[in-house]
Amino acid sequence: MNLTGLLSREWRALVRNRGAVLNPMAFLFLAVMLFAVGSPVSDNETARYGGAMLWLIVLLTNMLSLDSLFRRDFDNGVLEQVLSTAQAPFMVVLIRVLVQWLGTGLLITLLAPLLCLLLGLPSEAIFTSMLALLLGTPALSLLGAVGAAMTVGFSRGGILLGLLVLPLFLPVLVFGASAINQAVLHMDATAPLAWLAFISMLALSVGPLAATLGLKISLQLQ
Amino acid sequence: MGLKEFWHKLGSPRWFYQISLPWVVGFGLAALVLLAVGFVWALAFAPPDYQQGNSFRIMYVHVPAAMAAQSLYIGMGVAGFVLFVWRMKLADVFITACLPFGMLLTALALFSGGVWGRPTWGTWWEWDGRTVSTLVLLFLYIGIYALREAIVDTELRGRASALVAMVGTINIPVIKYSVEWWHTLHQPASFTLTEKPSMPPEMWLPLLVMVIGMYCFAAHNVLSRMRMEIIERESGTQWVRALVSGQRAAG
Repeated sequence: MNLTGLLSREWRALVRNRGAVLNPMAFLFLAVMLFAVGSPVSDNETARYGGAMLWLIVLLTNMLSLDSLFRRDFDNGVLEQVLSTAQAPFMVVLIRVLVQWLGTGLLITLLAPLLCLLLGLPSEAIFTSMLALLLGTPALSLLGAVGAAMTVGFSRGGILLGLLVLPLFLPVLVFGASAINQAVLHMDATAPLAWLAFISMLALSVGPLAATLGLKISLQLQ
Repeated sequence: MGLKEFWHKLGSPRWFYQISLPWVVGFGLAALVLLAVGFVWALAFAPPDYQQGNSFRIMYVHVPAAMAAQSLYIGMGVAGFVLFVWRMKLADVFITACLPFGMLLTALALFSGGVWGRPTWGTWWEWDGRTVSTLVLLFLYIGIYALREAIVDTELRGRASALVAMVGTINIPVIKYSVEWWHTLHQPASFTLTEKPSMPPEMWLPLLVMVIGMYCFAAHNVLSRMRMEIIERESGTQWVRALVSGQRAAG
């Protein structure tokens, strides 16, 4: 299967399987609502925590969505076929991660203005938040794919997935939250944004290859 | 023996088992001597700190434990690379052996840090950069441990944990710098390879002894665990049977 064919297949699978995209987004807004309702601090204080909260919720949403990244194709055998026939198996994985990112990271970036308002972040922080999400979420999808590939062989891999990938997500949380914080304080956020871009680049060079190896291990586990 | 030949011979667990006993004993004795000397020197003879008084002596346990814990994780990452490139069985045995002791040392570093932080910073726990990076290290260890528990097949278990250890090792510098940059209460590293320590020699010499002693202890522990693991994995083979029956006959 050539790569454009694969891309269009993945894209159609994403569009037709609306639950895989909409359910994590519903979770995202639910979590934001729960934070806003449960938070004991007043409105002008939420600006201080809003950035960290936004990133934390994005991390968890991404983790939930990652669980289904390879699962269906793994169970019905398509993944084995594609991986064993493709000339560059890691490109197959990369395309799949790219499409998953379109359905989570990019979508969250586009929804960021709304999320910022709900979390009580000032409007000056919206642009930086979007930029931070755009630069940081690829790392979540790429690194998370490694965990998803390792745990796809287990019927209940969800908790194990979290245990494996959440520690790796920590730098994204730190720099993402500090970028938004800088914007809230009217300071220059270039440094944390550059860090986020760097982490995504690192994840791009490591993630797909490691995820391919992980999938090969998981296929043997069956 | 050339390095290349040594590398090739490492492919045989049996050969490793046969030559490793003197190393286990050597590292064990060195650890015993160095840790004993270091303890007495550090606790009784090193001068008290002019600000922290005697409580700074916790450093003599805290710093070696934290250093060895990180080194063991990085060692696991390197072994994972070796496992993937050369398919060396011994690399997986090494990973298996590093896990429990690395976890223990990380927990010890966190605990002793809390005990030290109480009189010095006034708190048992602070979300400080290096504390968090050590905690993340503990979670990385736990993740590998949990993954290994979930997989039954020995070879696949080894490859899976090797992969996770490698990815974790690549991320360790990023995690470290991210949390240190985030905000930090910790003093800078006591020992670096490039700079002279800021402490007087009466204080850092015992620390050096303790650090080397701790590394010897780690080497001793890992090597003996490796030997046990080899015996367990190769329990069906001729040479292990001969070994066991030989020991029975002798005893």
